[in-house]
Amino acid sequence: MDWLYILMPISGVTIFWPGLIILGVGVGIIGGFFGMGGAWMVTPGLNILGFPMAFAIGTDIAHMAGKSLISTMRHGKFGNVDYKLGVIMIVGTVGGFEVGAQMIMWLERIGSVDKVVRYGYLALLTFIAWLVFHDVAKRRAKDRAALASGQKVDEKATGIEWHKTLHKIKIPPMVHLNVAGIYCSAWLPIFVSFLTGWLAGILGIGGGLIRMPSLIYLLGCPTHVAVGTDLFEVMISGLYGAGSFTYKGRTELVAALIMLVGASVGAQVGSVATKYIKGYGIRIAFGTAVIGCIVSIVLKLIPDYIAGTKATTDILAVWLVNGLVVALSAYITIRMVQGAKREIAAKKARG
Amino acid sequence: MKALWKKMIVAVTAMFLLMPMAAFAAGGGGAGIVIVADTRKLSGIMAWWSNLYNESHLYFTILTIIIIPTVGVIFGVLADIVMHFVGIDLKSRDLAEH
Repeated sequence: MDWLYILMPISGVTIFWPGLIILGVGVGIIGGFFGMGGAWMVTPGLNILGFPMAFAIGTDIAHMAGKSLISTMRHGKFGNVDYKLGVIMIVGTVGGFEVGAQMIMWLERIGSVDKVVRYGYLALLTFIAWLVFHDVAKRRAKDRAALASGQKVDEKATGIEWHKTLHKIKIPPMVHLNVAGIYCSAWLPIFVSFLTGWLAGILGIGGGLIRMPSLIYLLGCPTHVAVGTDLFEVMISGLYGAGSFTYKGRTELVAALIMLVGASVGAQVGSVATKYIKGYGIRIAFGTAVIGCIVSIVLKLIPDYIAGTKATTDILAVWLVNGLVVALSAYITIRMVQGAKREIAAKKARG
Repeated sequence: MKALWKKMIVAVTAMFLLMPMAAFAAGGGGAGIVIVADTRKLSGIMAWWSNLYNESHLYFTILTIIIIPTVGVIFGVLADIVMHFVGIDLKSRDLAEH
């Protein structure tokens, strides 16, 4: 069975290559569907397959750039990408990310980096999960109230409407973001992207996990546009990250390309699935993924308080992340196939 | 009032632009570690690739960031052809939250 293993030329480790393809498919589906890079899923996966952590991060970022490009192309065709918003947000993201990264250096010097990052990440994810499910509950309450009064809720109505308050801030220059259907101060997307970039820099993540809900809840983007626009940003930051990590000698391009074979299929499935699953379906699935992420971090924190549990919690965390990737990928694929079948049947019926 | 707005915009823009530099100036940063790839067990394109890595990280980086998007575009176009053949409409979708 030697043919199932391949020697990676830069890192010098021998890797089970079908594992790379499977990982690529799973994260491609989830990334294309939620509009994020999915580093929290891929990096531990690559580490388990045998890559040292630095190579796992670099390789993940390199494959993420290619995968996000495929997803962005697909979302772009559906009209899900607000390029103007994406370009405005890059300004804030880059600035925020660098400030965050430098704050990590400072935290490292004072010896608090681990604590701040872990608990900060946990608090932020808990807040995002609460936000998503609170929004879902509010939206359902609106539905029930409308049903009771014999009315119908608007197709684009949402539960949480913080963005409406933020859109009242009229600091010039004002911008029309036509694809997202937003008219607001340009400072709003810049500030939001600076904040999300700063958080991503501090937490050492790509930022899709924070940016996607921020686009929805703070800027008021429809879910599909938030997914597409976020992927556009992930693609650019991924390309920058790939360059940076490769220059530092921590990218295994051969592995990234093998992963890209799987991810290219997955990214198509995930992106096309957004055509058949409505906004709140995406939001609920996203909230579930965030909860899975929270539980895996809690499992990683347990050994700090209970000695001798590290081996067990590590295994549990790995199974949880892998299980979540498989379950979400299966759900998205099934819904995509069902939707495509319906569409093709309807097309045939029309002749 | 207009002048005040102008000043505020200039100040905020300057803050956004200068903040990363200020943070850079304050930041530390460690010495980079260079790993040399072992090319003895490799042959063909893998050996060429590893040698390129050993000789110049810059060329290696440039080639990497060209290859990744190129491969992405190729896969994207291929999938377009397949999905068009299957009969999926790739140009429209309903915008609705529920």
